Formats: sequence, structure tokens, C-alpha cells
Amino acid sequence: MFSKGTKRKFSDGGEEISDESLLGARVASSYSLQRQSLLDMSLIKLQLCHMLVEPNLCRSVLIANTVRQIQEEMTHDGSWHMVTEAFCSAGQSPSERLVATEVLCRSREQDAEPKLFSVISYEGCREEEVVADETLCSVSVSDTVSNVCLAGRMGQCWEKSELSGVERDEEALEDSRLGSGEDEEIDTEDGASTESPKTIGQVFGTFEIKNGSPGPDSALEELFSDVDTSYYDLDTMLTGMQSAPKMGPYDLLDSLAPSHSSPSIVSTPNCRSDLNELDHIMEIIVGS
Amino acid sequence: MQFPQQIHTDIISTVEFNCSGELLATGDKGGRVVIFQREQESKNRLLSRGEYNVYSTFQSHEPEFDYLKSLEIEEKINKIRWLPQQNAAHFLLSANDKTIKLWKISERDKRAEGYNLKDEDGRLRDQFRITTLRVPVLMPMDLMVEASPRRIFANAHTYHINSISVNSDYETYLSADDLRINLWHLEITDRSFNIVDIKPANMEELTEVITAAECHPHQCNAFVYSSSKGTIRLCDMRAAALCDRHSKFFEEPEDPSSRSFFSEIISSISDVKFSHSGRYMMTRDYLSVKVWDLNMENRPVETYQVHEYLRSKLCSLYENDCIFDKFECCWNGSDSAIMTGSYNNFFRMFDRNTRRDITLEASRENSKPRAMLKPRKVCTGGKRKKDEISVDSLDFNKKILHTAWHPKENVIAVAATNNLYIFQDKIN
Repeated sequence: MFSKGTKRKFSDGGEEISDESLLGARVASSYSLQRQSLLDMSLIKLQLCHMLVEPNLCRSVLIANTVRQIQEEMTHDGSWHMVTEAFCSAGQSPSERLVATEVLCRSREQDAEPKLFSVISYEGCREEEVVADETLCSVSVSDTVSNVCLAGRMGQCWEKSELSGVERDEEALEDSRLGSGEDEEIDTEDGASTESPKTIGQVFGTFEIKNGSPGPDSALEELFSDVDTSYYDLDTMLTGMQSAPKMGPYDLLDSLAPSHSSPSIVSTPNCRSDLNELDHIMEIIVGS
Repeated sequence: MQFPQQIHTDIISTVEFNCSGELLATGDKGGRVVIFQREQESKNRLLSRGEYNVYSTFQSHEPEFDYLKSLEIEEKINKIRWLPQQNAAHFLLSANDKTIKLWKISERDKRAEGYNLKDEDGRLRDQFRITTLRVPVLMPMDLMVEASPRRIFANAHTYHINSISVNSDYETYLSADDLRINLWHLEITDRSFNIVDIKPANMEELTEVITAAECHPHQCNAFVYSSSKGTIRLCDMRAAALCDRHSKFFEEPEDPSSRSFFSEIISSISDVKFSHSGRYMMTRDYLSVKVWDLNMENRPVETYQVHEYLRSKLCSLYENDCIFDKFECCWNGSDSAIMTGSYNNFFRMFDRNTRRDITLEASRENSKPRAMLKPRKVCTGGKRKKDEISVDSLDFNKKILHTAWHPKENVIAVAATNNLYIFQDKIN
């Protein structure tokens, strides 16, 4: 199709792309397909880890590093960015970032680099900084801050998402994180970081749980804090949640603000009622 | 000459000659240790060397249950190391994932007879029948080999033990798990010193684990440990109590042209062994064996490709988890040759002086006792010659992970799943 010795040109006629660049595109897409399948394979391996007698730490670390490497390359490539843009059209600001797994973000990361599984557990979900610490001990509500929010259990996101990357729409995202409200924004504050709380789009009032996600595990951690559960932590970290939480986000929010269906704004009366519900939540958490 | 020994019903997980080569210990997945002893050379059979026969069998470790984590602790023996012999008895250390045990193996070939209070059956004699006093006499009996646990070193490892190594001071030894290395005194079981700790404060930042560790054969203050990132650190225990800062750091710069997503995995070092001279060390990664001069940190002095034909198959090997197989390697007594295992029951030997290498197979079908082993060849592409085997026909379930070389002679032990093969050089 090419005459010998001549430089390849864009072919005439209806074809928009030259064969060379088409070939290049094919190679590139084949590479990214391979990369994607490698990513999926790695995630499945990590998920299967926790089914074994005791997962091989070396193997888990190597697989996790591979996943991280793929993710970094995808971010670098812009293929991650493309995916991010897809969600921009949905009306949310691109500066929001979602984090997929709570487990990885149990303690705050100072650098805002994308978390290990943030890309992976949803295909096309953005990352979010999640406020999460080991102990669930203090809950702060400030009247002035209009965008406090609930750090949901990211593990539930993990649980809900398909490994192969099911399309997530906003609603699914919201549901898994907060449990109520259709268009509520998720807005987290990275407590000790230098960034100020983001106020993006619609805001609503929920609790900012500074220290850890609500859930039975963090309460248990408190109780057994002197026990070395590091191995267990790594296990859950790398493989996501092992068991369904005893209390889902729906329950939590329901107990918080049952009337929280409107997309709008936080108001102080809401905060106060939320405060009243705090004891109730603590009871549920510690009691579970 | 060779003969296969099928004593183990479980997969053999470690093979080790003792310091004289007279004894060969093997450990298996079921927690059992089988020790073979070399027969004395018979003057009658000039052409035959001593063969190895079963000397002792005992259950070293039992499965345990960690109630806190609700996980079972496997009884599989990860490593056996012999102590230098100091009296008639033999001592070895055997380790599973969590516990190390010191075993004493001793012979009993005499028995006392003529007790006063009991007769030969062991029954008590009637008091009124005892009329005279006699001194018991030692009489010869059939040889009995007894193994008894003398020390149990437990509760020092949160992660899985991958290495133990006896120090040249013959008083201490180190044990390494994925994140920590402990130093023990052979007499003290209730505590150990932690000398290396690479556990990050935040486990989510963990990207590197310890894969192997060994004491220097002559300098009791030095030891090395390898990592999953393909690095080796040499540490000096005189420098600090906690050897988190290495004295030497060995790493070969990566070849950017061969970089892939699997680069890190295949660079992970599965075994590290000092040469007998103490001047060199050898590391085994997935595709190659490297010899390092301890005086040169930036690259190895020799690199031997074990099965380079697998480089194009890394994705499949990742899928079936073979890429995580941990192959061991060993030196011969004079440090002139090295040996390591591969797939399809192949194992490879490299002569460091002549740079020649050979691939051999440990299998029943292809070897009769007293027959010579035939070199094997893997065909990597193009036309397959007769007797060659193509890469796609390799059996990846038949892997030789554990091999051992007699410390003085050309006798090798090769563990192929649950079979132990012992090969000896023919004289003449």
C-alpha cells in the first residue's frame, strides 16, 4: 500500500488516520488492554490472598507493587485523567478526588498521591481524601464549617465495586459512601493537612469523623490496640474488606439525619440534631 | 551414579548436608525430618562410593493454631541448618514459619544389662529373690538413633521465618522473617535480640520484604540479607545494636531496555549464600544466579542465566504464580561451581572457571541407578532437535527449588517434589 521509498502520508479519501498511526494506535490499545488485564489479574490475586491459610507477605507485597506501578503509569499516561474527565461532565468538580479503599487511608497520608487501589476499585472513580484514623474517638462538628462530611467506610465501596470496573454512576458512589441523598457532594477534610476543606458544589451537613471510619473494626482495634495485628491489617489492606460491616452507611446516616434527603445545604439545626444523634451512633459502634 | 529416594510422602521443603557431608537432612511439608547417613566406603567395592541410607526420622514440627488471628501455622519445615559437630551427637536447627527447634540426634548402641531391681523385661524383681549385688554391664545392641528436642525458640517472629543461619562463633544464630531478623544464643530460648527491623510505622507503606539472610562464614560480626527488590545489605553487628543501617549495599542497576511490569518481581532475590571462602556471595533471582564480590557493591562479578527462555513467558508465569517460586542455590566445596534448580525437574550447574554449564534432569524415567545422567537442553525456538524439549512442553509443576552440595566431594542432593535424588561423581 505504500510505495517503496516514499514517506508515508495521510491517505486520501475518507480515511482520517494514516495507517501508520492506526497501527500505532492499535499497538497502544493492545498494550493498554494487556496492562488492564494484568491489573485485573493482580487484583484478583490480592483478593484471593485472604482465603489462604496465611497469605505470603512477600507475594502480596510484590503484587501490590505491580499494581501500584500500573496505576502510576496509567496516571502518567493520561488514561487515568481521561477517566477522570468522564466524571467531570456529571457535574462534579475535577478537583475532587476520591479514595476507594478506606483501609489504605486509615491514617492520613501527607502526600496527596493517588492511593493504591483508588483507581482500581472503581474504574473511573475519582479519588478522595478520606479522613480516617485508627481510633474512633472524637467527632467534631463546627458550626462555621459548612461542609463537614462523613467519611464513609471505603471498604464498602470496595465491596460494591466490581473488580473488572463496572461503570459507576454518581448515585452508586453516593450510596456507598453516605447512604442517603441523591446529589450530595462528598467533601472531606484532611484534618492535619495543610489543605483547607474543599467546598465544591453542593454541600450538606454531616459529621466529620476525624478519627477513623465508623465501623465495628475500628472499635475493635481500640480494644485490642496493644495487640500486634499488623499482619492482619496488611491482609485486610491488600485485600479489602473481608466481611460485610455490621452497620452499613445507610444505617449510620439514617440514624444521623433521617430527613436528609434534600441536596441542599447544611444548616445549624441539622448539626444540632446530628449532635443529638452522636450518642446513638457511638452506642451502635461500640456495642457492635 | 544415582538413586532416587522416596521416603517423603510430603513435598520436600529443605535439603542440607552437615559440615562433614556424612549426614544429609531433609525436611518436608508435613513437618518431618529425615536424615540420611553415608555408608562407610567398602574396600570390596572399589568403584562404589558410600551410599546414603535413612539414618533417622522424626516429627519436628506439628501444625499449630494461632487463636488470635484465627490462622493455622503450617508445620512445613522451611529450613534446616546443622551445627558443627562437637561431640558424638549431632545437632541441627529446624524452623517452620514461627518456631525454631534445636534437635539432638544421638546414637545408642549399648545397653546396660544386669540391673538389680528389675529384670531384662523391665519388670520389677521380687525383693526376696535378690540375693546378690551385681554391677550392670554394657552390652552391645542394635543401633538406635534417637532425636530429641533440646531447645525450642518460639514467639519471636510475627511473620514467616524464611532463613536461619548459624554463626561462626558457634554460639549464636540468626533467624529472619519477612520484616525482622533476630539473633539468638543457642542456650537461651526465652529471648532474642532484634538486629534488623524493616517494618514501616505504617504498614500501608510496605513495599519491600526480607527474603533471605545468612551469617558470614568466618566473620561472626557480619551477615547479609536480601530483599524483594533485588538488593543485598551487608551489616556489621559491631556498628550498632540495631543494624538497620547497612555497611554495604549491593544492587545491580536495572537495564532500562528490559524493563517491564514484572521487572521487580523477577529481581526479587530468593536465596543468598556466601562462598566457603567468605569472599563472595551468590544470589538467586527468578531468571539468573549472580556472584558478587563483597568488595564491589555496584554490580555482580558473574551472572549466569538459569532459564532465560522464560523471559517471554513472564505473564503466564505470573498468572499461574510460578513467578513467585523461590529457588535456592548452592556452592560446591571449592567454590568453583554453583548449582540451582529450574522447572521440569531440571537443575543447572555452572562451572565458574570454564564458564561451562550443564542442565540435568532429576527423574526416575530418565535415570537408572549407576547410570550417567544425560545433559538436557531446552529448545527456545525454531526447529526442535531430537532430545530437546520445547519451552511449551515444560512441566511447571515439577520444580526443583532445593538442592545441596556435599561440602567436600562431588555429591549433590536434589529435591524434586517429594523425591530426593542423590548424584555422585564417578571415579575414574
